[in-house]
Amino acid sequence: MGHDTAEWVFVAVVIAILVYVGADSWYTEKLVEDVPADATVIKVTGQQWYWSFEHPNGTKEISTLHLKVNHAYKFEIYSRDVMHSFNIPDWVVFEDAVPGHVNHAWFAPNQVGTYPIQCREYCGLLHYNMRGTLVVEPDSKT
Amino acid sequence: MVLELQKPRPVWQIMFSTHHTDVGYLYLVFGITFLFMGGVLAMIIRTHLFFPGQGVLISDSATFNRIFTVHGLTMLFLFALPVANGIGNILVPIMVRYKDMAYPKLNAIAFWMNPVGAALLWLGFSDTTWVSYAPYSVIRAPGPAADMFIFGMKILGISSILSSINFVVTVIKCKHPDMPLRRVPLFAWSMLTVSLMTIVAMPTYAAALIMMLTDRLGISGFFNPWAGGDPIAYLHLFWFTFHPEVYIFLLPAIGMMYEIIPRFSRKPLYSQASGVFAFVMLGIVGFASWGHHMYSTGMDFTTKVVFMIGTLAAVPASGMHVFNFLATMWGGRIRFSAPMKFSVGGIALFFSAGAGGVLNSAMPLDFITHGTYWVVGHMHLFLIGTIGFGFVGMIYYMFPYITGRMYSEKLASAHFVLMFWGTVQTFFTQHILGLMGMPRRVYDYPTSFTSWTILNQISTVGAWLIGASFVIFLASLIYFSAKGKPANMDDPWGIGGKYYYPVAAKNPHGGHSGY
Repeated sequence: MGHDTAEWVFVAVVIAILVYVGADSWYTEKLVEDVPADATVIKVTGQQWYWSFEHPNGTKEISTLHLKVNHAYKFEIYSRDVMHSFNIPDWVVFEDAVPGHVNHAWFAPNQVGTYPIQCREYCGLLHYNMRGTLVVEPDSKT
Repeated sequence: MVLELQKPRPVWQIMFSTHHTDVGYLYLVFGITFLFMGGVLAMIIRTHLFFPGQGVLISDSATFNRIFTVHGLTMLFLFALPVANGIGNILVPIMVRYKDMAYPKLNAIAFWMNPVGAALLWLGFSDTTWVSYAPYSVIRAPGPAADMFIFGMKILGISSILSSINFVVTVIKCKHPDMPLRRVPLFAWSMLTVSLMTIVAMPTYAAALIMMLTDRLGISGFFNPWAGGDPIAYLHLFWFTFHPEVYIFLLPAIGMMYEIIPRFSRKPLYSQASGVFAFVMLGIVGFASWGHHMYSTGMDFTTKVVFMIGTLAAVPASGMHVFNFLATMWGGRIRFSAPMKFSVGGIALFFSAGAGGVLNSAMPLDFITHGTYWVVGHMHLFLIGTIGFGFVGMIYYMFPYITGRMYSEKLASAHFVLMFWGTVQTFFTQHILGLMGMPRRVYDYPTSFTSWTILNQISTVGAWLIGASFVIFLASLIYFSAKGKPANMDDPWGIGGKYYYPVAAKNPHGGHSGY
């Protein structure tokens, strides 16, 4: 019978860890999904095999995206053909581009620099080369 | 059934037999053959990725995409399922004390659908990835490869439904009347659980394949957004089948460890009831977690939370298996012969893979790991680390039983050390690569990312070690089944006992009946 107690204790410890993981990720995800109201909307379109971007003022860019530091940006992610996945690994921006859907992701870069953009969902022949660059520039006004 | 190779029969007698042991051999030979064919593809992939930017071995990305697709399909559907079915065919009727499977002819039909499906998958060599997400597979994947993939998977799916029906009926209706279901050995329980899961899960994917085919033919638009469909529907249908399928691949390996561990610990199993409970529990909650493959497809917050809870719910039952194994070994006089080495190694890797799985299921962390090499490392820790180790251990365990000869314990040790070391080096490294953001399914990566290059090279060297270990395995299987020392069938490993199932099963087609 002592062994049974050991198994119950073991299962209880496992469940306690899981409850902690679940609760903590519930809380964190809630924070992560809370988009600031003043975020600038950037339209991101994936197609075989490059990314294009459209700023609110109508400026369009292909493969390279220029943003200002210390601003919040919200991405509206579209796809023209198959599923892609818009990903800036250094800023944990990651959301699928699904044709027929508009998906969202947001971030607020607080460091100037250049960062890789890539596709993280298999999209065919040149999936491996569907890369771009994010350039975070200093804000000239501040 | 023992001493088959000492009293050879013409091969057609085995091929046209419907006896459960003969069908079991066919499954085993088929599965092990494709293990090596899929393994060669894996070696090509890893060697190619050792040299970024040089196109070594594979000079274009189309070929690379086809190779990793067929590697995945082969290992899952032409190795893992057939080997589980093979060992199940040989052992389940014996464990429930019945003369054969419930439907012997159906059993043979189910097996012979496999070579047909395999031929379609290999001759087609599709580039859709094994998940073949719509709309790529609908609007862009080149035919006839993708269509051959659809028909091949269809045939393999029907085959696995047929063999599942057979296992369920065998265990539930044909077991010896003196044996209550709860006393049925745990390996047979694992086959029962996965067969029930297959019957529930597989029809969904079968439907999705038909829908994909008609979409490709242009007569429907289920998954095609330009015809009013939705690719996300395909993902739901696919993962509703294939998340449970993860447990369908996994549980037979756990069942095999339940066969091996008590015997080599020279102790009774810690708890039959806990093992049965954990199998049934996994069989049920396995259906509650498919959405965790789709967090990033634009799923809303509540759905994500529900699927996270469903995923985490599978962990306590997996933990109960690990506890059961450890409690069985605790205080036992353990003999680390090859089957035990592989089982214990498998449990260690199962534990680490499971811990990684908990991290994946946590929503914010999934956005870091999803679609990266982390996932490649994670699922290979399950597929090689747990399923591969369980199966290899069981094949060593069955070796004297089937051939009547003994393998070399030294070579088996070398196999174990190389395979364990290689698995850790290859797939733990891939976890780190994933955290650095390297996407999966890439033909090439920028040479300017030097840390990616170094980690890929470490990972490739590990894969070569695994490859070397399987060369030893193949040589052992061939050499010792013909030239090995005759095994002492009363006590093949010096653990003070023989197989608890009859060494000579009644095989009406065999030239030697032990009875």
